[in-house]
Amino acid sequence: MTEKISFRSTSRTFEVGGRPFHALQNVDLDIADCEFVTVVGPSGCGKSTLLNIAAGLVEPTGGEVLVDSRPVRGPGPERGVIFQQYALFPWLTVRQNVEFGLQIAKVGRAERRRRAQHFIDLVGLTDFADALPRMLSGGMRQRCAIARAYAVDPGVLLMDEPFGALDALTRVQMQDQLLATWGSERRTVMFITHDVDEAVYLANRVVVMAARPGRVHEVIDVDLPYPRTEAVRLSPEFSRIRNRVWRAVYHQTPQEGASQ
Amino acid sequence: MPIDVQPPRIRGPETTRAASPPRRAIPLLAWNVIAVVLGIGIWTVLARVGVSGLPGPQAVAVRAGELAMDGTLLDDSIASLRRVLIGFALGTALAIPVGFLMGWYQTARGLIEPYVQFFRTIPPLAVIPLAILLMGIGETPKIFVIFLAAFLSCVVSTFQGVVSVDRTMINAARVLGANDAVVFRRVIVPASTPFILVGMRVGLGAAWATLVAAELIAAQEGLGYRMQQAQIYYDLPSIFVGLITIGVLGLIMDRLLLTTEKRLTGWQERR
Ligand SMILES: Nc1ncnc2c1ncn2[C@@H]1O[C@H](COP(=O)(O)OP(=O)(O)OP(=O)(O)O)[C@@H](O)[C@H]1O
Ligand SMILES: [Mg+2]
Repeated sequence: MTEKISFRSTSRTFEVGGRPFHALQNVDLDIADCEFVTVVGPSGCGKSTLLNIAAGLVEPTGGEVLVDSRPVRGPGPERGVIFQQYALFPWLTVRQNVEFGLQIAKVGRAERRRRAQHFIDLVGLTDFADALPRMLSGGMRQRCAIARAYAVDPGVLLMDEPFGALDALTRVQMQDQLLATWGSERRTVMFITHDVDEAVYLANRVVVMAARPGRVHEVIDVDLPYPRTEAVRLSPEFSRIRNRVWRAVYHQTPQEGASQ
Repeated sequence: MPIDVQPPRIRGPETTRAASPPRRAIPLLAWNVIAVVLGIGIWTVLARVGVSGLPGPQAVAVRAGELAMDGTLLDDSIASLRRVLIGFALGTALAIPVGFLMGWYQTARGLIEPYVQFFRTIPPLAVIPLAILLMGIGETPKIFVIFLAAFLSCVVSTFQGVVSVDRTMINAARVLGANDAVVFRRVIVPASTPFILVGMRVGLGAAWATLVAAELIAAQEGLGYRMQQAQIYYDLPSIFVGLITIGVLGLIMDRLLLTTEKRLTGWQERR
């Protein structure tokens, strides 16, 4: 398999109170093309920093990130980002939000309209295409953000706790919808979450990070079949992996590693 | 002058979408009408019991009719409005680009901000003596002072608007491929529009207040001048006509801007 994203001993140091703070230290991580990788870890372990480095919104202070074997220099439309705070443009309608990136890419009017409509339908916002973001619920806003990111056809999707602000029920629906979308429009996805269940349910692989300094603690494969269904979510295999991830996240001791 | 603009709410991710007040509009308006009627009633009573030469509503209405008939009221209003609108238009036309410049370029901010902050602490009226000495007693000093008042309040809020644009909004545009020019045109400008409009309203209020005072000091026509004349002749009804006209015109202009604001910033989340 070809590597889509490669973190090569990526480090990021911040100056905090005059002293250096290692938000990330020597992270090595390869994400394959069309892979769905979730990242979990305690708060402040550098998950967002890692994602923002891949997005080109934060510069590493050491090492580098390659996307398609090229070092990342600044943000670009081939790497879509979905932010936790949705970050929709509140003065634009759903459709205009989704068309935003296409307009920048100078896609013609008719084609733009067609592509936007396709993704609006895909995320189930057909009836709200001409609504302003303030009229949408949290879940609908996040779906709009997903459609907007998909519309410019990025090879990579970087998602930073996109469902963090949603209630449990909406969250499960959004997970299913995201997987359905990913199933029909394959992308490489790097998805940050606080929720261990979510991490396991979505991913091919779960990356567990540790803090101080921020680093990769353990990478856990999820050998569960797609499409993931409720049956998968309730299966013993699922709980086995979930438990393993849980322990990796909440009992980060140096002698960690033995599976059950 | 306290013109720190209270920032309009751009967006809070989890603010609830407030329903528009249900059928409150009509009772509210009724209360407004009652308040006006009551006010005029109290005024009438005060005039009747003879508060030292206070003219009643009737006397004022008669004088208003006279001034309207001989054209003085209209001429004065036009003269005053003209000054305000020219000064206000020039002030905001300069304030908006300067505010953007200050918000966007650190260097511009460093160069301009000290002057803006300094002149903000001087009431525009205090500049009048200097302006008259330097620019004569024609229209120029008055328009200049109004220009200054409008400029200072609008530039500050435009600047605040630009610097308070949500970072993630800018990042969202960048990851969709936007360069600096696109970010500016399609994110910074719309996101700071609410601030600019609030600044324009504050600026208009400041301009209007400054104008009347400027006319009290030096003018040959205008609402302020007319009141100044009336004061010399102890003509209280004319002063009332002047005051009420100033209030009504100010209110109309403010409502016009408010309507524009609602039109342009209807996308905002309101509590
Ligand atoms: N601009 C910055 N300046 C200083 N320190 C920073 C900056 N950005 C992040 N940090 C620090 O780096 C560490 C990692 O931050 P990051 O946002 O990546 O954490 P996270 O894993 O995403 O946390 P959470 O799960 O709470 O979102 C934190 O301790 C944070 O304080
Ligand atoms: Mg984070």
